[in-house]
Amino acid sequence: MRRNISFTLNRKPVQLTVDDDRMLLWVLRYDLGLTGTKFGCGAALCGSCTVIVDEEAVRSCVTPVKEIAGKHLLTIEGLSREGRLHPIQEAFIDHHAFQCGYCTPGMIVQAYALLLKKARPTREEIIQHLDNNLCRCGSHTRIVDAILEAAGSTKGAV
Amino acid sequence: MHSDDWNETSEIAVDMATGVSRREFLQLAGTGLFVFFATGPMAAFQEPSRLPAPPSYPTDFNAYLRIGGDGRVTCFVGKVELGQGSKTALAQLAADELDVSFDSVDMVMGDTDLCPWDMGTFGSLTIRRFGPVLRGAAAEARAVLLQMSADYLQLPSVENLHVKDGVVTCTKDEHKSVSYAKLVEGKRIERHLEKVPVKPVPAFTVIGTAPRRKDALDMVTGKARYAADMTPPGTLHARLLRPPAHGATLKEADTTAAEKIPGVRVIRDGEMIAVIHERPDTAERALELIRARFEPAQPGEDDKTIFDHLLKAAPPLQIVDEKGSLAEGEKLAARVVEETYLNSYVAHAPMETHSAVAIIEGRRLTVWASTQTPFPLRQQLAQAIGFAPENVRVIAPYVGGGFGGKSSSGQALEAARLAKVTGKPVQVVWDRAEEFFYDTFRPAAVVKIRAGVNAAGKLLLWDYRVYCAGDRGSRQFYDIPHQRTQSSGGWGAGNPGLHPFAVGPWRAPGVNTNTFARESHIDTLASKLGSDPLEFRLSHLSDPRMRRVLLAAAKQFGWKPASAPSGRGVGLACATDVGTYVATAAEVAVNKSTGHVEVKRVVCAQDQGLTVNPDGSRQQMESGITMGLGYALAEEVRFKDGAVLDRNFDSYQIPRFSWLPRIETIVIENPETPASGCGEPPITSLGAVVANAIFDATGARLRQLPMTAERIKTALQRG
Repeated sequence: MRRNISFTLNRKPVQLTVDDDRMLLWVLRYDLGLTGTKFGCGAALCGSCTVIVDEEAVRSCVTPVKEIAGKHLLTIEGLSREGRLHPIQEAFIDHHAFQCGYCTPGMIVQAYALLLKKARPTREEIIQHLDNNLCRCGSHTRIVDAILEAAGSTKGAV
Repeated sequence: MHSDDWNETSEIAVDMATGVSRREFLQLAGTGLFVFFATGPMAAFQEPSRLPAPPSYPTDFNAYLRIGGDGRVTCFVGKVELGQGSKTALAQLAADELDVSFDSVDMVMGDTDLCPWDMGTFGSLTIRRFGPVLRGAAAEARAVLLQMSADYLQLPSVENLHVKDGVVTCTKDEHKSVSYAKLVEGKRIERHLEKVPVKPVPAFTVIGTAPRRKDALDMVTGKARYAADMTPPGTLHARLLRPPAHGATLKEADTTAAEKIPGVRVIRDGEMIAVIHERPDTAERALELIRARFEPAQPGEDDKTIFDHLLKAAPPLQIVDEKGSLAEGEKLAARVVEETYLNSYVAHAPMETHSAVAIIEGRRLTVWASTQTPFPLRQQLAQAIGFAPENVRVIAPYVGGGFGGKSSSGQALEAARLAKVTGKPVQVVWDRAEEFFYDTFRPAAVVKIRAGVNAAGKLLLWDYRVYCAGDRGSRQFYDIPHQRTQSSGGWGAGNPGLHPFAVGPWRAPGVNTNTFARESHIDTLASKLGSDPLEFRLSHLSDPRMRRVLLAAAKQFGWKPASAPSGRGVGLACATDVGTYVATAAEVAVNKSTGHVEVKRVVCAQDQGLTVNPDGSRQQMESGITMGLGYALAEEVRFKDGAVLDRNFDSYQIPRFSWLPRIETIVIENPETPASGCGEPPITSLGAVVANAIFDATGARLRQLPMTAERIKTALQRG
């Protein structure tokens, strides 16, 4: 159904007139121009399209836009504030925790959701939390190390 | 240094066939110091059409660097950054030879308008072949700039000049100083690569370090733009009607319902039926409304019958290598072991599916494409839409993984054809099912090995036949007096009817299959003789580089001699690829009731000659080990009668975080040997090392990749 939908996007209010059963991924990428969120599988199997809705990591490729009405949406573009990278982003750079970079926004956002819930996760908890985020380049060990480091430095400051 | 490369590149003449002279090119390219260079014999990178592209290049070089009046160094290379870090490593090479800061070097890559012709990014060639020539060009530039400095500073010679961060200073008089920027400002100076000595290893300042990757900030902020992120104003999104199986033919398609959706257009162009809309999801919805009838494909092979088919249909064997006499070996052998090894089709499955955006402005086509081969693609695009190649520009922006699969770029041809028909920019992004359907899989393959030892346990017979994987990695490096290696059918196209769908290069084409077979068989022999697998290998290895990596890996692993199966679950494998030596040791735990394998630890030692960026090398090793677990344990394309049954990551499992072993990497210091390849070699031993460790754990020998839980259970029951 075509209607007005309001939500906050990266801390700014947004109002859209859209078919509310469209998937959030396409609205983000092609209506709002936020291309940091990626298409990978279209079926919530790979995590490339992960965004944060009200502090939960969700797969935007299977999330109808009506489900975010009135909620707070955060994408990779909203992680750095006032030009300062988020500690997870810093740690990904320090560890070179990416190769082609395509899965990276989804990984960082997924990790962000974990640290919201648990400021100091263990290695095992990180692995469990990221297990449905796929990376084909094989950057897994570095991603885990980067998140561990970020968790050490954030002190709950996400 | 490859001396033959230097000789070939020093003989440079302007090729007038293009109609563009060096002078004309320089007019277009602006001011600064230019050094032109080529990688290897001209024939190897001559553009097939010999047609120029504006701004046109003479065809006697395929890369160049420019030092501008702003002091920045720009290197123009047709290679593509696929995530392997080459943008960073190449900049390191140039910065070091020029004595400029790493940050002052910009890499312009993968753009057919800005970069000279390049055949493509594959085969771990970027650093191996291109690196030495780039270093030479940078050294040449430095030599020219030193001479200019001496003239400028009115010094009799360059003898007492020192360079740091692009500033030349006289060591006898520090007031005499001039920057590269000042020297070239407003001038147009041209040099071609001559024989110039490059820096000796101890003088390196940037090579051997691990600076922050040039693309790091883009990667972590979502600013990195891939082909699907390019949306020129008015872009339309296309979804194409696909057959249910390879070989199925379209009989009729009713598009009425699709066309009723506002804004949807259905395009029929030859055999292609596409729906386009300004939103991709609406195009997708419209596509689902097309009622199409296909005539099914002829019944054909499936993933179980394929191996018999390959053996029957494979072209005749060709001899790859031969030593001694097999007949003599047979005579001397006290014990002969013969086995067959199989591997299934494997997908590339990059996280970014094939994507492209095409826009036609006037008579010019521009395509952003996820591709490993922008220049060959330009040629195909020109042909597909009837444009002259010089009116086609291909840009490979950030590419979300390739692994060989983006050497083929059909999506770009589709986008260009649709842009031509509609007159609008068109984006084609394959969905995951299309990615699996049109992938150029790593071919299914069969290897047959007959090997013999004498009474003293010495290997003296090796009869090796590989079908359909290709001969790369098939040559024997263990010392065996009587041996023959034969290969039938390569890994690529060119064998019509052999495979039920397209096959192509997959990270180290052929080597994964050949290494799995060879190293499994070597282990089998060691086990039958009751020998320790490390000792058995060492007793047949005289190549010092292979011995060194094997000993390094074994030492780090804490290898303790025992014959397999020892119950410990440990294994070894050696491999060589693109001039690089790799040895891997692994530890696994096998659940004997479920067949599930946990790879607990992998130690990998690699000798790649000169290491440009040690962190980059380790990253490629970790990458190869992690990705390699997929084809070792799970990855296999299921298919039947031309239909690809795996269409997404639910049934096609690639490695996940929970699969992660503890990974330890050892980069052997060997800086005086030219850099060899790094992107491919570390993956090649994973099938074998895991197979050998599973055997050591259980006594079950897996001779088919992938070693799924099901196959392991079957092997355990077989005993």
